[in-house]
Amino acid sequence: MVTACTRAGGGGAGSMAAWAGVRTGVPELLQECFHSSRFVGQYRKTEHAAAVKIQSWFRGCRVRAYIRYLNKMMIVIQKWWRGYQGRKHFRKMLKTAYFIMKMNFYNEMAVRIQKRWRGYYIRKYIHNYYKLKKYLEAVSLNNEIVRKELEQFAETKEKEKEKKDLERKEKKKDHQARKMHYLLSTEQIPGVFNSPFRPSPDPMELRLQKAKPLSHRHQQIKENLTKETSDFPTCTSSWTFPMVQPLPPIARQKPQGPFRDTAEVLLQRYKPLEPTLRAATSINSLEKAREEMKREEWRNRIHDNEFLPFSSCQKNQKYDPLIQSSSKYGQITYGTKHFREEHHEKWVANKDFETVLPPIELFDRCGKTYSRAGQIV
Amino acid sequence: MSQRQVLQVFEQYQRARTQFVQTVAELAARPQNIETLQNAGVMSLLRPLLLDVVPTIQQTAALALGRLANYNDDLAEAVVKGDILPQLVYSLAEQNRFYKKAAAFVLRAVGKHSPQLAQAIVDCGALDTLVICLEDFDPGVKEAAAWALGYIARHNSELSQAVVDAGAVPLLVLCILEPEIALKRIAASALSDISKHSPELAQTVVDAGAIAHLAQMILNPDAKLKRQVLSALSQIAKHSVDLAEMVVEAEIFPVVLTCLKDSDEYVKKNAATLIREIAKHTPELSQLIVNAGGIAAVIDCIGNCKGNVRLPGIMMLGYVAAHSENLAMAVIISKGVPQLSICLSEEQEDHIKAAAAWALGQIGRHTPEHARAIAVINVLPVLLSLYMETESSEDLQVKAKKALKNILQKCTYLPALEPLLHDAPPNILKYVIGQFSKVLPHDSKARRLFVTSGGLKKVQEIKAEPGSLLQEYINTINNCYPEEIVRYYSPGYSEALLERVENYQPVL
Repeated sequence: MVTACTRAGGGGAGSMAAWAGVRTGVPELLQECFHSSRFVGQYRKTEHAAAVKIQSWFRGCRVRAYIRYLNKMMIVIQKWWRGYQGRKHFRKMLKTAYFIMKMNFYNEMAVRIQKRWRGYYIRKYIHNYYKLKKYLEAVSLNNEIVRKELEQFAETKEKEKEKKDLERKEKKKDHQARKMHYLLSTEQIPGVFNSPFRPSPDPMELRLQKAKPLSHRHQQIKENLTKETSDFPTCTSSWTFPMVQPLPPIARQKPQGPFRDTAEVLLQRYKPLEPTLRAATSINSLEKAREEMKREEWRNRIHDNEFLPFSSCQKNQKYDPLIQSSSKYGQITYGTKHFREEHHEKWVANKDFETVLPPIELFDRCGKTYSRAGQIV
Repeated sequence: MSQRQVLQVFEQYQRARTQFVQTVAELAARPQNIETLQNAGVMSLLRPLLLDVVPTIQQTAALALGRLANYNDDLAEAVVKGDILPQLVYSLAEQNRFYKKAAAFVLRAVGKHSPQLAQAIVDCGALDTLVICLEDFDPGVKEAAAWALGYIARHNSELSQAVVDAGAVPLLVLCILEPEIALKRIAASALSDISKHSPELAQTVVDAGAIAHLAQMILNPDAKLKRQVLSALSQIAKHSVDLAEMVVEAEIFPVVLTCLKDSDEYVKKNAATLIREIAKHTPELSQLIVNAGGIAAVIDCIGNCKGNVRLPGIMMLGYVAAHSENLAMAVIISKGVPQLSICLSEEQEDHIKAAAAWALGQIGRHTPEHARAIAVINVLPVLLSLYMETESSEDLQVKAKKALKNILQKCTYLPALEPLLHDAPPNILKYVIGQFSKVLPHDSKARRLFVTSGGLKKVQEIKAEPGSLLQEYINTINNCYPEEIVRYYSPGYSEALLERVENYQPVL
């Protein structure tokens, strides 16, 4: 084709003449052209293809080199950038790790403090084991004390009750003895409670001895009262006097100040006089005592005549005989000379009384007679 | 006819009336005659005699009516229906003290049977007259009036309110201060009946200054008076914390504890009731009672009594223990638990046993120490048997089960749990096994004991649904032991071994 073009170009110069020359040889030309162009055309494709290939390869190389160059540059940039990012990230991580470490440390220290504080607080205020133990011991001690006191209280109540029962029984028995005073035993007839077969009299007997007989007035008064309509299920007595002891005063607020106990003060104020023995004895106690002694002796004496020794003062005194054994005609012999009843019908036995006691054989056997009193063989 | 003969007729009639009315009054005193009297129509005969001219006949007729009405409520209704009440009320205001006493007696006899009859009495305006009678000089009249007011107020709170509105409370408080013991008793009982219905009524009684006087009378030696006084104080204290605190401020402790040692049963019961009503409100009040030594006194009182008298004491221990674990521990060291277990076994009545079971549950539910104190005295099998018995009432069964559950959930004392393993039903068994599963992993001696006592064998025999809590516990227990032992004790092991023996080919 190149040749055709150059030829065509060259042909342009000598145009018209050439043109006629050319026009004659056109079919050969044409055939030559055709053959050459075909020849060229045949090789044109392959050459074209080869040129394209070469060029493309070369361009490719160029582009690849360029891209490689770009890549390298890119790598450098990215390397640098990534390094920067990474270092930043690392710094951040480091910061947070440090922060976390710090916080953990603080937390741990805070936990230690709180542990100690909570343990202390709970052990002291919420659940103090030793205080609780002491408290429970105190409670059990207190319980023991209360139990003892209550037992004592119960015992005293029991004793009081028993005492009251006993007293009531005694009163009842005394009342019965007063009612049955006529059952008292006399000299002649032993009473019901003083049977001769008993070793000792019944206690009722002793009560009967002490009892004062009951009068009947009490019974009559009771009978009058039953007729009234005061026999209601309500108060049986219309007026009763207070049998109860006065109650202790209602506890008021204590007056302020360290005052002494009122009871103590009253005790002190109204303390009874306790004089010494010397002050308590009256001034004429000696005389009084002497008089008292004299009075006692006078009381117990049979007569006031002084006991005088046997002397001639008594010779002048007249003897006062007993009234019983004296009669108009002088002293009667009954009571001194003889002791027997004068009326013979009243004698119990016909024999005379023995004036001398017979000896007792037992003593004779022992070698003693009764008359030799005091002599021991 | 001469004047004398005319007058004689009247005298005869009067004598006949007097004799009739006196005989009827005497007959009415015996219950067996009353039916006959009623059939003979005695009510209609007595009614006109109430209006008789002679005062003695009036009084005796009123007395006879009172005795009849006292007997049963039909007669009391007949009294009400016969319009006798207005007449009585009218004469109450005017007549002498014997008539007043008799009329007040009739009002009391009518009012005691039912709220409707008491309402009828209130409707005919008797309350004002009765309150006027409370101001009378004669203590018998005051007593009769106070008794009538007490019976009226007993039924419900409206009637109580009516009595309070009539102004009876200050006069009743004055009556308490009188020297006669019978009057004091009745006045205290009336105050107790008024204050038992509601807190406002109790507050009214407290405002009249009753507490101080009632507290003083605790020291009185008369047993019946003490009963009423303690009952009145407990009715006041039961309503609210403030009222209970006011009762405590009257310094009843420790005097009330001496009442627990009284020879009269009901004094002991009412004293225990009072302490219970105070203890149940707040822990502080319970603490006060504990510090005063109240627990020991109540425990001794429970030991000395039998029957229903013990019940308030048992409940008091339960209330105190329920407030806090320190108080429960105080109950334990005061030796309350052996006493409660004695009550549980000795008593026949179901409600007392239920109360004792509840109290034990309250004591044991706090910590393992408390549960151990209860388990040591072998009361858990008793509770279990009470729960299982078909004869026990439902209340008793429920309370026994709850107590058992509460104690078991904290009990770590294994020797007491072992008997329960063998007898308990599945719902109790799971708690028992649960406790074992908590204790066994940590204690080797307990593990050994568990095996030697046959507990492991029993555990293997229990059938539990897979995935249930019981199965988990059983697995925990099984994991505490080496596999051979578990397999050894599992049921059917001997058969498995024998089968192995059968299938074994001996090596020659």
